[in-house]
Amino acid sequence: MSEDQIKKMEAERSRSLEAEFEARIARDEKIEPKDWMPEKYRQTHIRQISQHAHSEIVGMLPEGNWITRAPSLRRKVALLAKVQDEAGHGLYLYSACETLGISRDELYEQLHSGKAKYSSIFNYPTVTWADIGAIGWLVDGAAIINQVPLCNTSFGPYARAMVRVCKEESFHQRQGYEIMLKLCEGTAEQKELAQDALNRWWWPSLMMFGPTDAESTHTEQSMKWKLKRKTNDELRQQFIDQTVPQAEILGLTIPDPDLKWNEERQSYDFGEINWDEFWQVVKGHGPMNKERMKARVGAWERGEWVRDAAMAHAEKQQERKAKEAV
Amino acid sequence: MKNKNLYNYILGIADNSLILGQRLGELCGHGPSLETDIACTNMSLDLLGQVRSYYQYAAKIAGDGRTEDDIAMLRKESEYFNVLLVEQPNTDFGYTMARQFLFDVYHFLMLTELEKSTDLNLSAIAKKSIKEVSYHKRFSSDWINRLGDGTEESHSRIQTAINDLWTYTDELFHQTEADEAMVAEGVGVDVTKLKGAYYEEVNSVLEEATLSVPESKYFQKGGKQGIHTEHMGYLLAELQYMQRTYPNMEW
Repeated sequence: MSEDQIKKMEAERSRSLEAEFEARIARDEKIEPKDWMPEKYRQTHIRQISQHAHSEIVGMLPEGNWITRAPSLRRKVALLAKVQDEAGHGLYLYSACETLGISRDELYEQLHSGKAKYSSIFNYPTVTWADIGAIGWLVDGAAIINQVPLCNTSFGPYARAMVRVCKEESFHQRQGYEIMLKLCEGTAEQKELAQDALNRWWWPSLMMFGPTDAESTHTEQSMKWKLKRKTNDELRQQFIDQTVPQAEILGLTIPDPDLKWNEERQSYDFGEINWDEFWQVVKGHGPMNKERMKARVGAWERGEWVRDAAMAHAEKQQERKAKEAV
Repeated sequence: MKNKNLYNYILGIADNSLILGQRLGELCGHGPSLETDIACTNMSLDLLGQVRSYYQYAAKIAGDGRTEDDIAMLRKESEYFNVLLVEQPNTDFGYTMARQFLFDVYHFLMLTELEKSTDLNLSAIAKKSIKEVSYHKRFSSDWINRLGDGTEESHSRIQTAINDLWTYTDELFHQTEADEAMVAEGVGVDVTKLKGAYYEEVNSVLEEATLSVPESKYFQKGGKQGIHTEHMGYLLAELQYMQRTYPNMEW
């Protein structure tokens, strides 16, 4: 066979593999780590799953900021458990990502060097206790809307991880809303804390759905691979329509003078999002970007001697066992 | 208060768990690895869960409308009866594990006896807690071993932490008047009797980890009388922040 013939055969084979792969996804079959997959599918999934894992880990910081100062023992225990859940989500999302042939250390390296992104919402500070309520209610609420469709995504390990993540997130959201409810039923001062938190978290929460459809670069391909089922704008609208009545129950005002029910669309119209702010934070210049990275990198560096010790101990143990066996 | 001794006895036990739980809570999100982060948070959760049971019981005994949170967050520093050991800071992971280990061995022995208390509430809390604390002890002992045996650096760091915290171990076996009164009634644990078993177990883990047992015979005490180290005020400032800033509110 000539070289040309071999090349031609390989190209054909790759085309037929790809066609079969796309057909499997269309039939809603799961793709598992050992299955053949196009390189772009692998890379896209590494990017998205790791971004998701990093968001869980960085997301521990703003909420962790209130563990030592939680106002009651019950709230302290609930907050600890919540932040611990996030660490757990990070753990199995990193594991899902590792099945695609990348190590956790490499993923950390991407986070620490700034190559990998995480959800921008965590670059805002938690300055009062009410922020813990607002994060649960709004940020976890937005995350659920983004994530529920992923329970049916095409990559098996990611889909299975998301089933568990979504269950826990919905518990967190109820918990956050309950913090807000308690504040709103409390004293005038407590209600002010709640309103102030909503004022600061509302717009960044809307930004969590990403740029408008016109600006979004990954939507089309992601739709095909079922990494996305609805567009950013559709999800954002769903979030607003779901959240406005919840704010009404709390007796809080959403900080958007243009927010108005549209009878014809059976949806809320809303004001212009400050996209300059969005891009500023995405590009690393939000209020807490530098502090968050400093905290993550700091924990990693301070922990190096501990991880080294664990590794050295395990190796010594193995050597000792091997010697005993002789 | 009719049962002042019982009330103070419960606080003496519960405050240890509260202050250690608070210290571990500071680390959440900052651990050397995700796995250790999750484990430290878990221990904090266990301890604070125990604290709630103790304080709810203490609040019932006080019977003056005080809640578990009033007891946890609205006392003056001199009214907290925890041992000095548990309030020591998270200087590094070595100190955190050394503090945990030196407390866990005591905690497990104490709970094993408390389970036999004639006070059914305390006995029930002890029974539930002992399973959790046996896990804590395994976790911290394993880390003492790992760090002692691991690298030159980890060996030196964990040895330093053990040396520094050793001075706080003897206080674990001191008894206040309330403690003695409760021991006499069969409610409390005579911790003076646990000392031998404690040092035997601690020393054996240290030796296994190739660490040396500190020889110092000078010990610090005071926590059980409400006289704390300089670290305590800062810890309480955070713990009490919300209750002090916004008094008489529900959360």
